[in-house]
Amino acid sequence: MKGNYSENKKMLSILGKHLTGFKKESILTPCFMVLEVSMEMIIPLMMASIVDKGVNAGNMNHIFKMGFCMVLVAIAALYGGVMGGRCSAKASSGLAKNIRSAMYDNIQTFSFANIDKFSTAGLITRMTTDINNVQNAYQMILRNTVHAIISVISAISVVLIINAKLAKVYIGAAIVLIVIMAVILPKSKKYFSCVFPKYDELNESIKENITAIRVVKSFVREDYEKERFSKANNGLYKMFVKAESLFALGNPVMRAVMYVSIMIISWVGAKMVVNSELTTGELMSTFTYCMNILMSLLTLSAIVATLTMSVVSAKRIAEVLDEKTTLKNTQNPVMEIKDGSICFENVSFKYHEGANDRVLKDINLKINAGETIGIIGATGSSKSTLANVITRIYDVTEGSVKIGGVDVRDYDLEVLRNEVTVVLQQNVLFTGTILDNLRWGNKEATEEECIRVCEIACADDFIRSFEDGYHTYLERGGVNLSGGQKQRICIARALLKNPKILIMDDSTSAVDTATDAKIRKALKDNHSLGIEGNRNHEATYIIIAQRISSVMSADRIIVMEDGAVNGFGTHEELLASNEIYKEIYELQTGGGGDFDERSDD
Amino acid sequence: MPEEMSAVASNPAKTMKRLFNHVMKLYKFHMLGVIICIIISVICNAQGTMFMKTLIDDHIVPLVASSKPNYSGLAGAIRDVAVFYTIGVVSMFLSERLMVYIGKGTLRDIRKELFDHMERLPVKYFDTHSHGDIMSIYTNDVDTLSQIIAQGIPQIVDCVLSIITALVCMITLSIPLTLATIIVVVVMMIVTGKVGGQSGNYFMKRQNNIGAMDGYIEEMISGQKVVKIFGHENECKEGFKQLNEQLFESDYQAEKFASMIGPINTQLGNLSYVICVVVGGLLALNGIGTLTLGKLTSFLTFNKNFNMPIIQISMIFNAVVMSFAGAQRVFGLLDEEIEADDGYVTLVVAEEKNGKLVESNKEYTGKWAWKHLHQDTGETTYVPLLGNVVFDGVDFGYDDEKMVLHDIKLEAKPGQKIALVGSTGAGKTTITNLINRFYDIQDGKIRYDGININKIKKADLRRSLGIVLQDTHLFTTTVKENIRYGNLDATDEQIKEAARLSNAHSFIKHLSDGYDTLLQGEGSSLSQGQRQLLAIARAAVANPPVLILDEATSSIDTRTERLVQDGMDKLMEGRTTFVIAHRLSTVRNSDCIIVLEHGRIIEMGNHEELIQRKGKYYQLYTGMAA
Repeated sequence: MKGNYSENKKMLSILGKHLTGFKKESILTPCFMVLEVSMEMIIPLMMASIVDKGVNAGNMNHIFKMGFCMVLVAIAALYGGVMGGRCSAKASSGLAKNIRSAMYDNIQTFSFANIDKFSTAGLITRMTTDINNVQNAYQMILRNTVHAIISVISAISVVLIINAKLAKVYIGAAIVLIVIMAVILPKSKKYFSCVFPKYDELNESIKENITAIRVVKSFVREDYEKERFSKANNGLYKMFVKAESLFALGNPVMRAVMYVSIMIISWVGAKMVVNSELTTGELMSTFTYCMNILMSLLTLSAIVATLTMSVVSAKRIAEVLDEKTTLKNTQNPVMEIKDGSICFENVSFKYHEGANDRVLKDINLKINAGETIGIIGATGSSKSTLANVITRIYDVTEGSVKIGGVDVRDYDLEVLRNEVTVVLQQNVLFTGTILDNLRWGNKEATEEECIRVCEIACADDFIRSFEDGYHTYLERGGVNLSGGQKQRICIARALLKNPKILIMDDSTSAVDTATDAKIRKALKDNHSLGIEGNRNHEATYIIIAQRISSVMSADRIIVMEDGAVNGFGTHEELLASNEIYKEIYELQTGGGGDFDERSDD
Repeated sequence: MPEEMSAVASNPAKTMKRLFNHVMKLYKFHMLGVIICIIISVICNAQGTMFMKTLIDDHIVPLVASSKPNYSGLAGAIRDVAVFYTIGVVSMFLSERLMVYIGKGTLRDIRKELFDHMERLPVKYFDTHSHGDIMSIYTNDVDTLSQIIAQGIPQIVDCVLSIITALVCMITLSIPLTLATIIVVVVMMIVTGKVGGQSGNYFMKRQNNIGAMDGYIEEMISGQKVVKIFGHENECKEGFKQLNEQLFESDYQAEKFASMIGPINTQLGNLSYVICVVVGGLLALNGIGTLTLGKLTSFLTFNKNFNMPIIQISMIFNAVVMSFAGAQRVFGLLDEEIEADDGYVTLVVAEEKNGKLVESNKEYTGKWAWKHLHQDTGETTYVPLLGNVVFDGVDFGYDDEKMVLHDIKLEAKPGQKIALVGSTGAGKTTITNLINRFYDIQDGKIRYDGININKIKKADLRRSLGIVLQDTHLFTTTVKENIRYGNLDATDEQIKEAARLSNAHSFIKHLSDGYDTLLQGEGSSLSQGQRQLLAIARAAVANPPVLILDEATSSIDTRTERLVQDGMDKLMEGRTTFVIAHRLSTVRNSDCIIVLEHGRIIEMGNHEELIQRKGKYYQLYTGMAA
């Protein structure tokens, strides 16, 4: 554990920052606990006094007096206990709340590389189970630890006052215990560090089964999945048993040490009494305090066990809090994008540092502001990646992408994403009404503006056909919509942002050709995109598609092949000079085109 | 969801019994061992306490009195007690160790049971519940159970033993004082119930809040790309903040009330002591009843011994309450009705003997048959598996009020290719959901090789159907295993064959570890099109007589699709295929094209017939050409 000292210290300082707003409670709890413990220390003395001087002496007056005092002390202890509990509850819940919120805020800044590192299920476990462990540990530290430590110290002090020689036995016992714990804990901590990644894996597999249930059921793989799960589950169980079996040693060891102390004290104490160094009453109270110490040490061992587990959790939390997004904002970000021109200069991209394959290879392109550019190419030819490096979903590995003459990495990220919008292939809508979802594009958009963009995206008709129209509630990201409907809402949502560059990444793949054409025409007619003409720029459109008809009418077309630009020119130029383009064209127009859906009118 | 929850919540006793039964079912002997160990450890501990009392009277006093102290008697007594102590420590260790097995084992079993049950739930459950919330049952709710099982049960056993001993002793000493003690205990119970109940309500709320938060995190992290593109980070933070505040409030309240119980009961215990000493003192000094001052002194010790364990139990009350909240959610999932399957017609490997189809005991003959045990006649017939699918007047709605399919009549003959076309929301995917019985129809009949599909065992029905969905789901394992998912018995060679057929082979070759490349995060490192190719390979390896392709090639570009096409044609050869696609090339050469609109079939026929009819299909077709 010592080796990790600086690491632990760092972790504590990371977590410690999140006590804001709950510092008062964190300080007050131990104070209330001191009140409770000291009152509880007095009560046995009063009980002894009642028995010795009251009951045994037959002194009813003393009984009344002491009984009354006891009630008062009990009330004070009650006050300390309840207030301590209350403050510790507030402090620990508050700490948990602050950490959760800090984690979530940090996750919001994460790049995809960051998220991939932890996995979604992993992040959720960290935000729930791990935080819960830390919260429990914190509450324990504030309340029980203070309680137990004060009890032990005062009990040993009292014994020390009674007889220093006997006190040495307790001190010796305490040292032995500490040594034993120091041996057991690092070992079990090691196990716990292995348990959590396993736990993440198990949860990931549960998550997969929930989302992919249709596949599981289609292939009748329920039993197979059960077995797979069962294996992982058993593995986790074995690890847990190993880790906790070490903990199971804690209590018996503790007890054994105390029993040995009692036996030593009986022996030594008896001799001392015989030699008149100790009275029998003093020996008896030493035993009483021995039980006191035992109880407190038991509590402490339980706390240490909880703490050990929570240290692992705390570390996992600190990892998330400490994770720096791989996409950094520059020191002095450029806050305005001049125009929608895009320039690729020797751009190469790899997903990981160590990856051997370059996904984008030496791309050089110049796209003028206001142009409509089509991108076509085979599956896996990196069409989407080309778009992703413009919006900084990923950063290029080599070279640079410039918008309006400035490297995208020099822009403020928010400014960049406001002006460059992508409609993704995979449509994600969120729980809420259609209108709520549209307003992701622009919070302040009026209903009229929303309707207008939906008209452009050919979504207005089908939305109106719903019972609640624009107020239709989309459950869990729009499970009640078809792929084509979702895509059209996504396009409308992006249009509402009124960006300088709009990238449509195969975003009409589920929309029929006729509607697709209609959307493209509407976009062209509204080229300035100015909703009610409130902006006067010509937006740059980038249309990534597999349908030749989707890109044919673009000003220029990029043909992607295997991560490199194979051709760049107008439809006519490419048809004349580019083999791949020609092939795609012939394939699709010669009866290989697209067909099926039509707008719902 | 909350309504279901409160229905279960209304019966905590039942929940407790169920949980207890769970533990007992598999760990009866472990549990018995724990109880025996605890009893032994309590007895040994008592011997130890006795020793401390006798130490003075039996050893020290005589030693002090004698002029030549002989310590051998004392040494013997210490040796004796050492034996008790050793037994006590060993049995304590055993009980703790056994509890680890019981605690972690029960958790494992509950997780397994949850998972097994979940796998059997109908698709509808997953369509109607937040995935994050389901996850939360596995993580948070199961976690809370470990507390009660691992710590609660041994503590309760220990406490109950101490309480009984103390109670018996108290009754023999003084009945009135025993009554006074019990009255205070009743007050403790009432307070614990009241405060604990408050705390329990908040704990329940807290578990639900956690579930809601999990759902939110899941949705937002999955939609992270969109969140970023729209710069919606702040709104997300705001939404999260609200959920977080709610969670904090219920969390704080729950913990606050829970932490009150301990101090209140401890002080009530002290109050009980004062009441007994005052009442007892008055009784003894005034000579009322049989109570003497000596007896009162002993009684007071037992009063403490009696109250202490009760206070301890009440202090773990919050853990118990929290576990109940978790247990209720766990049982809530376990109580979800599983996918009903009354089917009795099974799919068997068949061979022809004397011109008759019979069940074969070979593993593979290339022939399958439906084994149909006719319930009325008791006779078993074998119907060859051909892949004939008939819809006869099918009506269907996801809920009973709103029908989405009306009077669907169609027939797919073995080996035919049927294309479903129509606007989005016309009900194309719904039809495929019915063939494999993800959802059951309200009216009409679907027949598979002449057998009503309701009579076919679901597993066998689904095994005879290969489905490729638009949304491809891949699992965290290697590429090879993902393809093998279609047929667990497939050899590596068959897998490569299927990959070649679907044209996935060429890109798999280029992956860092080829077929052994580990896919993570549902294959997020692959493009949508590559994932679809893998899904097609997966269906190819399954080799089913009926294929359902729901926009299976929508994300594959036309060039690649042409390459896949040969493979797809080969794949479809001799199989009944239902195709939902928006690519003309896929649709045009179908044997039968079905045009759907608003859940009704409006046109049906092959390409030429439909073009001649100049109806909706013609419109769509020429609309495309325009």
